Amino acid sequence: MKDFSNRMRVGCLAGVAALALSSALPAAAEDSITVVSWGGAYSESQRKAYHEPYMAETGIKIIEAEYTGDIAQMRAMVESGNVTWDVIDVDAATALAGCDQGFLEEIDYAKVGQPRDKFVVGGALDCGVATIVYATVFGYDNANVGNLWGGNAPTTIADFYDLEKFPGKRGLYKKPFVNLEWALIVDGVAKEDVYNVLRTPEGLDRAFAKLDTIKSQVAWWEAGAQAAELLATGEVVMTQAWNGRLYKPIKDEGKDWTIVWDHQGVDFDFWAIMKNTPKLDLAYQFVAYASAPENMARQSNFISYGPSHADAIPHIPEDVLKDLPTFPGNMGTAFTVDASFWADNSEALQERFNAWLAQ
Amino acid sequence: MVSTAVPAGGLIEGSAVLKSHLRRAERTRKLRAVGLVLPLFLFIMVSFIIPIGVMLFQSIYDPDIRTLMPNTAAALDTWDGADLPDETVFAALVQDLAAAQKEKKAALIGRRLNYEMSGLRSELVKSGKAAMTMTAGPYKDQMIAVAPIWGDRATWAVIKRAARTYTPYYYLSSFDFEYTADNDVVAVPEGQAVYKAVFVRTLGISLLVTALTLVLGFPVAYLLATQPPRIANLLLILVLLPFWTSLLVRTTAWVVLLQTQGPINDLLMLTGLVDERVQLIFTRFGTIAAMTHIQLPFTLLPIYSVMKTISPSHMRAARSLGANSFYAFARVYFPQTLPGVAAGCLLTFILCLGYYITPALVGGPTDQLISTYIALFTNSTVNWGMGSALGTILLASTLVLYFVYNRLVGIDRMRLT
Repeated sequence: MKDFSNRMRVGCLAGVAALALSSALPAAAEDSITVVSWGGAYSESQRKAYHEPYMAETGIKIIEAEYTGDIAQMRAMVESGNVTWDVIDVDAATALAGCDQGFLEEIDYAKVGQPRDKFVVGGALDCGVATIVYATVFGYDNANVGNLWGGNAPTTIADFYDLEKFPGKRGLYKKPFVNLEWALIVDGVAKEDVYNVLRTPEGLDRAFAKLDTIKSQVAWWEAGAQAAELLATGEVVMTQAWNGRLYKPIKDEGKDWTIVWDHQGVDFDFWAIMKNTPKLDLAYQFVAYASAPENMARQSNFISYGPSHADAIPHIPEDVLKDLPTFPGNMGTAFTVDASFWADNSEALQERFNAWLAQ
Repeated sequence: MVSTAVPAGGLIEGSAVLKSHLRRAERTRKLRAVGLVLPLFLFIMVSFIIPIGVMLFQSIYDPDIRTLMPNTAAALDTWDGADLPDETVFAALVQDLAAAQKEKKAALIGRRLNYEMSGLRSELVKSGKAAMTMTAGPYKDQMIAVAPIWGDRATWAVIKRAARTYTPYYYLSSFDFEYTADNDVVAVPEGQAVYKAVFVRTLGISLLVTALTLVLGFPVAYLLATQPPRIANLLLILVLLPFWTSLLVRTTAWVVLLQTQGPINDLLMLTGLVDERVQLIFTRFGTIAAMTHIQLPFTLLPIYSVMKTISPSHMRAARSLGANSFYAFARVYFPQTLPGVAAGCLLTFILCLGYYITPALVGGPTDQLISTYIALFTNSTVNWGMGSALGTILLASTLVLYFVYNRLVGIDRMRLT
């Protein structure tokens, strides 16, 4: 009998232990957050700059996930009440749409710990905290200068449109973004007026007419990595690209390319927090960590995108700084991509752009 | 006959027992059959029939405006569309917008209206914010002052049309039609029409690829079927090896082959056939070459398996009766391969209609098929009504073509083995 009660006691203890363990499990799971981003070299730079040191400092585990920027998944998650993402890296249009449609949390800048006016203009949105500044630029292979262009090198986006002086195929992003802006600027519209002109039907016709002039010589790319690939394989002689995508092959693979900083479209990526995430406090903690200037400054060492926080710039070494979109020497003719214009018109213009492409 | 020996009464009694036994056996057999089929049936129901039903429904069901602006929708029911609506409609609008803004739904209204009239999204958000602060009427002038779109009859026509729970809008757009402010249906201006041309292109490319796979595949199938097994098996492996390779891998291989600095161009330059590198990738030629290569086994294998069953003695008999080899092939051999040809071609054609990744990687902007646009609407612009309408049209046209084909060829004559 005694033996039996002993065994029972052991059994009970084991049961209690199991119970304690199982109830401890969710608590352990709470100490992780899911951070969603765009993959590739960009995610890698975030991993090195934020995720790894953050995990080491706080002991909180970061689970990484990738997405392609489609908002369908985010919306479905919030509508179904099954939110498994916590922090997400979004573009400006998504940050605006997510706020308007209620699937992103409104940011409390006190919890981020940084005043809104410390961020670049247009970088502190209601539902997104800017993290990096990138630019849509164009670049060319230096070999073409001697071989193809008789010693001339393109220096402006007007040269990008000049098929006579600079013959050869060009790579362009297969979306209307920045393409319509460039077309108008090349056609003589001042960069300040571009979006006003684009809001009129005549302005749109004018932009498409300008695009028509190079259409036969364009190879279209859809994913960021494709642009560099087109240039590397010689499929195009010059290509539009996000500056980081051109910079990496130059720096790491020793490609002999030149990036042209002229009328580049400056845009931001944002940290946003999913609405109704069960880990709101942890999400804020991560966003606050990644937005602190000394932490933010680290990312530029791994990818040539600039910090969105003014105080981060002094932390960045000079030789890294000169290749960033935020470097004053590169900013001369830059314009900021108007997120609210694109949030309003991207669907209609994409449709028109597709129709134009299909002709 | 054994039963003749049994007395009449016993026969009836015995047959009744036998019948009930038989019935029971039949019933268990049926139950077992149903039991075996049920999992598959349920699986097809859940994974295929219901989603397709939902898709068909999504393409006409459009409840957003009716649920998000219930008062405005009701007030507009009596509006004749000739002039700007009256004050009651504006009052309903303010009430609806204020309620929607409170729940952060004003942008959803804008999103739906944006489909038909670009640029309404931010106006709606602005109006929503303003509506929350408005306390007393008349609202008409106040709203027009906030956003001039409210003074435009076209805006109201869009809202009235969008307020219908069931709408033909997505189908009209899929065939490149649009509404005017007076509710007339007109073709969209030249230069903005897309989908009709894309549907025609999808059908055209699919037909061409099917024909090419037939022309290339038929002789190979004949070779496979008539060679001695040792050689035939080796050849068959050469056919099957690419067939077992992932579609994406084969497409990427074509990207490498076709690119301007790629091996095909190198070869052309080396042999002096061309003086300047030719554009092969991002062209219609590249798309069709890659699709034909990928689809070749689908056409070839059914033809091959049917040819395997044709006895060589038929040809010998024809020849011995005086037919020359061409005549014997055309009148005796070829007609017997038709079931395989029909099956292979149908398979390839229907698979081609849904091609997405190959045209995206190898083709240029004018080579994209309809699935590109379905994916665009489903994933990136989240306009599921439009995606569903295009998908439904593709499904319906496939079914129509299938029935026409069935009439011409006869599905019962088709054989895969």
